[in-house]
Amino acid sequence: MSRVLLHRIAHARSGDKGNRLNIALICYRPEFFDAIAEQVTPDRVADLFASRKVGRVQRFELPKLWAFNFVLDHALDGGVNASLGLDGHGKTLSFKLLTLHVELPQPIQSLLTDQS
Amino acid sequence: MPPTTVHIGAGAGFAGDRPGAAVAVAEALAVAAQQGIPAFLIFEMLAERTLALAQLDRRRDPDAGYSANMPALVGPVLKLCLQHNIRIVGNFGAAHPMAAARRLRAMAEELGFANAKIAVVQGDDLSARLTSADLAARETDGTLLAGRTDIVAANAYLGAQPIAEALGAGAQIVVTGRVADPSLALGPLAHVFGWRWNDWDRLAAGTLVGHLLECGPQVSGGYFADPGLKDAPDLDRLGYPIAEVKADGSAVISKPDGSGGAVNLRTVKEQILYEIHNPAAYLTPDVILDLTEVELAEQGPDRLSVTGARGHARPETLKATVCFESGWFAEAEISYAGPNATARARLAIDIIRKRMAAQQPGLAVRADIIGVVSSFGDSAGSDLADAIVESDDIRVRFATRHADAEVANLLLAEVEALYVAGPAGGGGVRRHLVPQLASASCLIERDLVTPQVDLAP
Repeated sequence: MSRVLLHRIAHARSGDKGNRLNIALICYRPEFFDAIAEQVTPDRVADLFASRKVGRVQRFELPKLWAFNFVLDHALDGGVNASLGLDGHGKTLSFKLLTLHVELPQPIQSLLTDQS
Repeated sequence: MPPTTVHIGAGAGFAGDRPGAAVAVAEALAVAAQQGIPAFLIFEMLAERTLALAQLDRRRDPDAGYSANMPALVGPVLKLCLQHNIRIVGNFGAAHPMAAARRLRAMAEELGFANAKIAVVQGDDLSARLTSADLAARETDGTLLAGRTDIVAANAYLGAQPIAEALGAGAQIVVTGRVADPSLALGPLAHVFGWRWNDWDRLAAGTLVGHLLECGPQVSGGYFADPGLKDAPDLDRLGYPIAEVKADGSAVISKPDGSGGAVNLRTVKEQILYEIHNPAAYLTPDVILDLTEVELAEQGPDRLSVTGARGHARPETLKATVCFESGWFAEAEISYAGPNATARARLAIDIIRKRMAAQQPGLAVRADIIGVVSSFGDSAGSDLADAIVESDDIRVRFATRHADAEVANLLLAEVEALYVAGPAGGGGVRRHLVPQLASASCLIERDLVTPQVDLAP
């Protein structure tokens, strides 16, 4: 096993509706799906965003797209019309999710070398 | 023989989009149109607040209230579209679709198309039909509307049916106010292919096409590049997307030949899930879209097929966005640089917090140190307090909000005073105070909303 930054094995995009944030997390390769499914749990994501006082965190799985959709309630300080922050949409927050680390088993880790 | 394919291009994905970006799309659509393929160009220009801002414009000027950027975005392609029968569908009507139609009429006349058929879709505006109490009773996810008397705009999201009806009446340009964004594409598809309004799988497929196009270049390489990991070339001349849709609802997403950007598995996957909550149930006025079985396949360079959308019966109610006045937003910044800059920035924050607390106890004031913690941080400042990052070129930012402009303005005065009364070497103060609108969501019974289609004079 070795520890890799989620940013190396997946890409992500944020979207907002009101005070709710969604982050699509998409594996660069299907082989990474299981490790992320096991380790990037809703609880772990809720912990990562704890200072923002997020409510419920839901995770939806889309294996055909090698993807997960995280939905974080109350993550946007009231949303773009109410937030005092610079990024009321939460557009930067997809990259906060990518700061998590994931343990990859040896055989899958070798796939990282040809990562483009 | 009925058409087997429809081409739909996206000319804009938001009100502030690039002028001229639609030209390459319109040129590609013109080629299709010359081959007899029905072609449409859609403009999505209404974010949640945009319509309320337009409503405020209309209060000031009865001829205003449509998207002020419409002439800049539609103007460069109008002649090409009218010449080649590329029909335009856009929600740039905002709070005053009829005024937008008048402006388009004048623009078309100037180009020698005095008889252009322009249709207007209305009925989204609920303000004459529902009181603020009626709206408050229908609010979802909160009680922001209770007791409000300062509602600026209340609009239901209409669906694709009135757009299809307008096209059926021969419209070359369809101007709408608030409609669900994907309906801008579903309307043309249902019109050409004659899809029934309970053919849920096809309506879902057309809704997915609209969802992929509604944010313009976000599906074709915009909001995507992460250099070295996932690249999209030539973003300075990014190509806006075109969908080639078959009668069964299957589609190929592409972009104009020779344009920048990329259409591939990664760009399209990111946009499929953009602003989605439950992927099995994306609600629009037309259908409930299930994305879980969607399949993508690369069909060649910058061509990606999309199949497998499934649909369920449309929701019983319509979503509405209600905007109301929400006081004044004040924001001010100051820079510190060089040795010990972070400590001087933290001292500035401490001074401002103490002075604001003394004058306005309980007023929330946010502070950020740009370059240390600003984007990811929380408004209470706990991330900033914990941050150990040091930087030697930073900007401190403060923000607050209050119903009274004078109170909000206090923060700006205090930050400016840091020039002489704050830490050493503070420079570059910028400050601004702007009125704010906030929004809430409601669910409205369908029988309270009557879409209306008129040909503009």
